[in-house]
Amino acid sequence: MGKRVLLIEDEPNIIEAITYILSRDGWDVLSHSNGEDAVEAVAAHAPDIVILDVMLPGRSGYDILGDLRRGEATAELPIMMLTARGQARDREIADELGATRFMSKPFSNAAVLDAIRDMAIEA
Amino acid sequence: MTILNSLVAIALIYVVLLFLIAFVAERLAVRGRGRWLRSPLVYTLSLSVYCTAWTFYGAVGYAARSGLEFLTIYLGPTLVLAGWWWGLRKLVRIGRSQRITSIADLISSRFGKSNALAVIVTLMAVIGTTPYIALQLQSVTLAVSVFTGGIMAGADPRGAPDAQSVAAMVALGLALFTILFGTRNLDANERHHGVVIAIAVEAVVKLAALIAVGVFVVWELSGGIGPTLARIEASPISEWNVSPGRWMGLTFVAAAAFICLPRMFQVMVVENADERHLAVAGWAFPLYMLAMSLFVVPITVVGLDLLPAGANPDLFVLTLPLSQGRDGLAFFAFIGGFSAATSMVIVAAIALSTMVSNHIVMPIWLRFQGEGASVSGDVRHMVLLARRISIAGVVFLGYLYFRLSGGGSALAAIGLISFVGVSQFLPALIGGLFWHGATRAGAIAGLLVGFFLWVYTLLLPSLASDAQFVAGLLDQGPLGQGWLDPQALFGISGLDPLVHALVWALTLNALVFVLVSLVTTPDPIERLQGAQFVRVFDRSANAPGWSRSAAESEDLLIMAQRIIGPQEAQRLFQAESARQGLQGYLPDTTPEFINRLERELSGSVGAATAHAMIAQIVGRASVSVEDLMAVADESAQMKEHSTQLEAKSEELARTARQLRRANDKLTELSRQKDAFLSQISHELRTPMTSIRAFSEILRDGDGDPGQTGKFAGVIHDESQRLTRLLDDLLDLSVLENGQVTLNLRDGRLGQVLDHAQGAATAMGDDLRVRRERAREDVALHTDLDRLSQVFINLIANARKYCAAPRPELRIDVHTEGDAVVIDFIDNGAGIPADKQNVIFEKFARVGSDQAAGGAGLGLAICREIMTRLGGSVSYLPGQEGAAFRVILPLRAQMAAQ
Repeated sequence: MGKRVLLIEDEPNIIEAITYILSRDGWDVLSHSNGEDAVEAVAAHAPDIVILDVMLPGRSGYDILGDLRRGEATAELPIMMLTARGQARDREIADELGATRFMSKPFSNAAVLDAIRDMAIEA
Repeated sequence: MTILNSLVAIALIYVVLLFLIAFVAERLAVRGRGRWLRSPLVYTLSLSVYCTAWTFYGAVGYAARSGLEFLTIYLGPTLVLAGWWWGLRKLVRIGRSQRITSIADLISSRFGKSNALAVIVTLMAVIGTTPYIALQLQSVTLAVSVFTGGIMAGADPRGAPDAQSVAAMVALGLALFTILFGTRNLDANERHHGVVIAIAVEAVVKLAALIAVGVFVVWELSGGIGPTLARIEASPISEWNVSPGRWMGLTFVAAAAFICLPRMFQVMVVENADERHLAVAGWAFPLYMLAMSLFVVPITVVGLDLLPAGANPDLFVLTLPLSQGRDGLAFFAFIGGFSAATSMVIVAAIALSTMVSNHIVMPIWLRFQGEGASVSGDVRHMVLLARRISIAGVVFLGYLYFRLSGGGSALAAIGLISFVGVSQFLPALIGGLFWHGATRAGAIAGLLVGFFLWVYTLLLPSLASDAQFVAGLLDQGPLGQGWLDPQALFGISGLDPLVHALVWALTLNALVFVLVSLVTTPDPIERLQGAQFVRVFDRSANAPGWSRSAAESEDLLIMAQRIIGPQEAQRLFQAESARQGLQGYLPDTTPEFINRLERELSGSVGAATAHAMIAQIVGRASVSVEDLMAVADESAQMKEHSTQLEAKSEELARTARQLRRANDKLTELSRQKDAFLSQISHELRTPMTSIRAFSEILRDGDGDPGQTGKFAGVIHDESQRLTRLLDDLLDLSVLENGQVTLNLRDGRLGQVLDHAQGAATAMGDDLRVRRERAREDVALHTDLDRLSQVFINLIANARKYCAAPRPELRIDVHTEGDAVVIDFIDNGAGIPADKQNVIFEKFARVGSDQAAGGAGLGLAICREIMTRLGGSVSYLPGQEGAAFRVILPLRAQMAAQ
């Protein structure tokens, strides 16, 4: 099990925070800040885990999740959804679409770290 | 003068007697004990108003001049009663079922209740009848003059000074009598028990008087039946010297008049209590007329023999007894003639006054009342008053005609002329009774043509002796056009004038009636009425042996179905049958049921209409003028009501639309609110996320010491971003609620732009702002801070989003009319067309650049501010880059409160 995480997020400060947290734990963090070509980015980087924001410029995170789950290579890929909307309905949608984890912003750093570790073990 | 006095006394006593009889009959009828008053015999006798003074005195004169021709006057009605009893029965049935009040009412009712038609018929009836009333007055004055002047030689009655006053007295007395008994009933019911019984008594009196004179003549003067017959044989009267044309014409006219004369219509149809009475009258009235005519020829023959040559044969009935010194018999004969005259005048006055008041006076009065006319005791009083005035008017018209025409032979001929006049009603009447296709237009056209021809060919020539103009007309035709000679139209001469007039008037009348009816279409009311008239017997014919209540019940059901719909009506009737234990049959028309039905119908058509409709079928209460007016009034109110309802329903629909719109808007607002909250949540959570993540890193102390300052800076920036967001939200909220207070000040556009540029750009900024200061010298009176806020936003946007290598913002100022226009145009990529209309919405950020740090509320705030300032801000498409146009009116009122 590799240690590569792809963070798809458009907010620079959040990218920086998550990258910092995960890197310190030994993860190899890549980031991508656009929704439109996020699926291609996943294919290109072949990450072990994906952190996917919902409100992305260009394309909704849910659409990207749906595409990834339909893709053969990414159907089982551990994906954690991240959203600033944080309503119950958003969690449901994420579950239905096959998200591995769901986390609302703001989050505690420990929770993100735990979730990524768990996902790596489960996978 | 003593004779005059005793005549007056006798006449007065007679009138008082009649008065008492009428009074008693009236009282009995009111108490419901006068069934015998409505016997077939009384009905038959009342028909004798047909025999007026003209027949009482005039028959003898007629026979003296024209032989047996006078028989036609009796033959016509006899033929009608014997050969056309079914037609009369239909007429009577319709009259009763439709609550017809007069012949004018009948014709107008048949043709769609047209008041125009009623007025035409009324006027024709008045014109045709007035001379006839005058004739009655003349007969009375003539008779009086026989006694007072001893004018055996038939001197001009106008010579006697008393004649006028006698006529005036008679007219006055008759008017009073008619008013007293013709308009006694406060319910304005068209039936007059008192009058009818008085007429019946008068019928007996005049017959008895004529027979008494006849018996006296035959047995005393002539010496028995044998010698009388011998005298008749010897007389030229017995010779058949009547042309067949005239004979047939006169018979026909008499027959038509018997049906169409307003007074005949009154006693035969309006006063009819039971249509079975017609069956009795069918044989009894011809007998009566036979009795009336029995002694005409003997009296004529003996009179011509015994009285000096030149004696007026019109007065033989009086002069024969007088010449023999039989004053008592002469008085009796006088009373007989008086009876004939008065009965005619009374009934004619009632009939005409009904028409005049119902079709002329009341409509005019109602119109003057305007919309305020309501059904009250006031109206009822008005109806009676109108009728009383009409009676007085009709009798006065007769008197006037008598005075002006001066009596004489011109008046004597008026009897037949009048007959021909009223016979013009015949085509419309018969057509209306039997022909579905008859229309109002046809009836009006026919009546007018017939009436005009009657006036032209008969009435005018009859006045020839009095009017030079008419005499000339007769000689040369109008304007010398001989073919228009009133008595020889189209050069057809040689006909008897009366037959000539009858043929032309009635033929063209009927022809025009039929032709116009064929080319016009009846309106719905006409159709309905036509069907009711023509098929008045259909229902009873289909149900032979119907009992009265069953027929009523069926009729009620039919009517109820028309009004409240078949299902509802059937349900109502079945429920009532069940209640009465008559499942499967129609219910009995118990008062309770009728009341319930009436209430049901009232719901649909209003109380007055429902009442009138039920009353028509049940016959318990009659439809009076008040009822009709109530119907009219109510339908007017209903019309008003329905207009109001329509307006109300329109208003409701409008309100519903408004509510729907409001609801849509609320739903949309609610959706927007959710979206907005979701957006806010996102906008707040995003900086919070950074703040929390970095503050946790710092708290846990496991951060790289070299990066601590950087993390703290992020926290600081993000918390400022939060503050800005909250400021913007509050600002927008204040602006949107209109709670903003504008601080209006004078200033110059250039200074405001300077300030904004300074605030929006920072030193070392690579955005270059190009301005033309000369154009910016515009005086402003507005909220300078708010305007500056807009400018700052727009400049900051350019700074943030313009991605050109050498970003540049051009601020262009010009004035347009009363407004200053400030364009902000950068040299960036611009805003895609599909986004241009959403950028002013809240949180509508274009692109991915979060570095701008805005929450997407800037342009929304700008728009709100510009609206408050009375101007606008909009995207200006078609420029090199992103372009915004701010328009600020220089002299506009601020939109803020």
